[in-house]
Amino acid sequence: MTSVAHAAPAHGGAHHAPMSFWRKYIFSTDHKIIGIQFLFVSLFFLLLGGVLAMQIRWQLGFPGQPLPGGGILPESMTSGGVILPEYYIQLVTMHGTFMVFFAIMPLLMGVYANFLIPLKIGTHDMAFPRLNMWSFWLAFTAGLIMLAGFFVPDGAPRAGWTMYAPLSARPDLSGVTYGQMLWCVSIVVLGLSSVLGSVNYITTVINHRAPGMTWFRLPLSVWALFITAILAVLALPVLQGAAIMLLFDQTIGTHFFDPLAGGQALLWQHLFWFFGHPEVYILILPAMGMVSDIIANGSRKPIFGYHSMVFAIVGIAFLGWLVWGHHMFMSGMNPTLGSTFMVSTLLISVPSAIKVFNWMGTMWRGNLRFTVPMLNAVGFVSMFTIGGLSGVFMAATPVDMHIHDTQFIVAHLHYVLFGGSLFALFAAIPYWYPKMFGRMMSERIGKVHFWLTFITYNLTFFPMHILGMGGQMRRLYDPTQYDFLKPQQPLNEFISIAAFALFAVQLLFLVNFLWSLKHGKKADQNPWQDNGLEWSLPSPAPHGNWERVPTVYRGPYEFSAPEAGDSDFLPQHVKLATDKEPAGRFER
Amino acid sequence: MTHVTATANMMHPPVPAEPGSGVYSNKLGMWVFLASDVMFFTALIGSYIILRFGITDPWAAPGAVLNVPLTAFNTFLLICSSVSMVKAYAAIADGKKYFLRAVPGKLLRDGGLKFWMLVTIICGAMFVGVQVFEYIKLVGHGFTPAGFREGSTLAEHAATDAVRYGATTSGLYGSSFFTMTGFHGFHVTCGVVSMLYLYFTKVLPEKYSAQDYRGIETIGLYWHFVDLVWIILFTIVYLI
Repeated sequence: MTSVAHAAPAHGGAHHAPMSFWRKYIFSTDHKIIGIQFLFVSLFFLLLGGVLAMQIRWQLGFPGQPLPGGGILPESMTSGGVILPEYYIQLVTMHGTFMVFFAIMPLLMGVYANFLIPLKIGTHDMAFPRLNMWSFWLAFTAGLIMLAGFFVPDGAPRAGWTMYAPLSARPDLSGVTYGQMLWCVSIVVLGLSSVLGSVNYITTVINHRAPGMTWFRLPLSVWALFITAILAVLALPVLQGAAIMLLFDQTIGTHFFDPLAGGQALLWQHLFWFFGHPEVYILILPAMGMVSDIIANGSRKPIFGYHSMVFAIVGIAFLGWLVWGHHMFMSGMNPTLGSTFMVSTLLISVPSAIKVFNWMGTMWRGNLRFTVPMLNAVGFVSMFTIGGLSGVFMAATPVDMHIHDTQFIVAHLHYVLFGGSLFALFAAIPYWYPKMFGRMMSERIGKVHFWLTFITYNLTFFPMHILGMGGQMRRLYDPTQYDFLKPQQPLNEFISIAAFALFAVQLLFLVNFLWSLKHGKKADQNPWQDNGLEWSLPSPAPHGNWERVPTVYRGPYEFSAPEAGDSDFLPQHVKLATDKEPAGRFER
Repeated sequence: MTHVTATANMMHPPVPAEPGSGVYSNKLGMWVFLASDVMFFTALIGSYIILRFGITDPWAAPGAVLNVPLTAFNTFLLICSSVSMVKAYAAIADGKKYFLRAVPGKLLRDGGLKFWMLVTIICGAMFVGVQVFEYIKLVGHGFTPAGFREGSTLAEHAATDAVRYGATTSGLYGSSFFTMTGFHGFHVTCGVVSMLYLYFTKVLPEKYSAQDYRGIETIGLYWHFVDLVWIILFTIVYLI
């Protein structure tokens, strides 16, 4: 065991002076350590978001009944163990906030952009390692500020994760003063973190690719992360600006969003969704990119339509800027404008469908290997397809009139965020786990986790479509208070029970993740027999990655290539007799 | 050894670039960051435009509330600092690390990097100072982020001439004015602090040379951007 651990740096790691624990693991500038820091922190927020969701489900399934263990919560949240309406809206608000900003977004961008970009493009570290460290610690601080909301007087914000004004702007309306302010401050800090991180990713991808790593030899995961970083750099500042205006409305008496003083409530919605829709693609594009890598690997075939995949990513990202109004069909917006947004939104299904068909084309007649990452990646494709199709329903203005702000929306966004992004993460985490920690996650627990998640997930979220069509409102506290919703209550109970099971199953993943850190099977250098540059390094990858960065001779998807002889894969850095050295002068 | 060399160097950075864009990473990173900053100011300025032109009530006439001559002087200061930034850049591109040096046959001494950076820092700091002074004066007259303070001089003026002083829109005026100019001032302050840091860690120890002056070029990009934003703000907030 020791021999492996000591031999590793000699194989490929650049030599560095030994560092203290603090410099190595806490204030690290190594992109891999920063990625792992993001991983632990955002998994914590994912768990926290899940705990909040369970309380929401308890209230919806069993309104008026004491929450099990609810007695430990203070009087301001529960009364006799029953969740109070004020606490319920805080649960909904913070579940959305934590999941979007502190779980899924950092899991995709914080973890995998950091970890994968330098490894996959072949460089020693990010362009600005210190900026990268700042990016993590700013995100961490933002998380703490957001968390602090629960512990200040009046508790967490109550205006929903979309923070619609004037409810969010006026404490006399929301009943919360400090929680709302903390939300704004936290978002401003988080935005700065995302911008700094993305500046780093963009610069690194443009300037630090290994010799021979041309644009069209980049893995699709890197393409997706690169385009996502561009979205983040341009979208997050808009949210920051909006959050600052909201904060000023709450603190120094400005009137941006207060209609009584001439401000415009709709202005908040426009600003929020101008950020919010690109944000949707920030939350899905990296998942798509990583799934593309994993599906090609699991199918042992080149990705179907590589160029069209790249252009689809670019197309989705571009169209993502033109569609924000589809969140506002019911806001009293000019109907003609609504039609424009409807058409631009429907257009997005074209590049999305291209991607889905390309994934299917990749798998078609492939030599499929149903490993845990592959299972979850296929789960991603199928669930994303359902989520994408329900998106087409909402894009159509007349249909949206009926389902706007109902559980149908909740179903849709969970099909793309849980069924999409989170399944992709359940694929990506075990896939790159060996390169992070040098060990494999348990395949057996992984498979059990996948199937149980897949079943309970669909049992939880699919019926929400029906609830929504039946008219159950999105953030409703107690469905039984309306007669027309009473017949649906058994379905609410069913969903809640399925949701509890879904949550319980996630503990399997958590156990697998933590247990494998110490006890997992030792990983080979290239356990998935993949072509990416990261697999040319020992597991775990050493500090500084390569002594001398490798040269790239081909794209990342050369599976089952005839030139490879007996092997069914051909890594990007392996030089065949027919390969030429890339032209030009390179610094390594 | 003329400034022509400096302009030529702008196209070809004096250090070898990484394979990729042909622009070194600090400069590329700054351009990307500025793109993000454009979006930030777009959010603020766009909101201002929507709030101001989305309502029919009269907005305060130019100069009614704000002190345009004072701010015009401040604008001049900031433009001067942009000029001195270019002079600093040109000086180091020619390898002039010194403060001032006498030139035979010339009345004025020739400024080097240390001189022109100091001028830039002083102009920038003065801009912030004048802005703070302006804020104090405005708040004293009763112009706050929440609008005209009750009982203040401006509130009295607004009561007599509601159209000229935009009596009904003073809340929006205060909101957008203080937010936009305040965040611009914050950007200038950040620039001054960064330049001071560079001044003591890099400029005074003479770490920049004609071969490598990436820090000056990068902070210069930021500085000119902040200057440009101010010219836009001055036009749309003070002059129209």
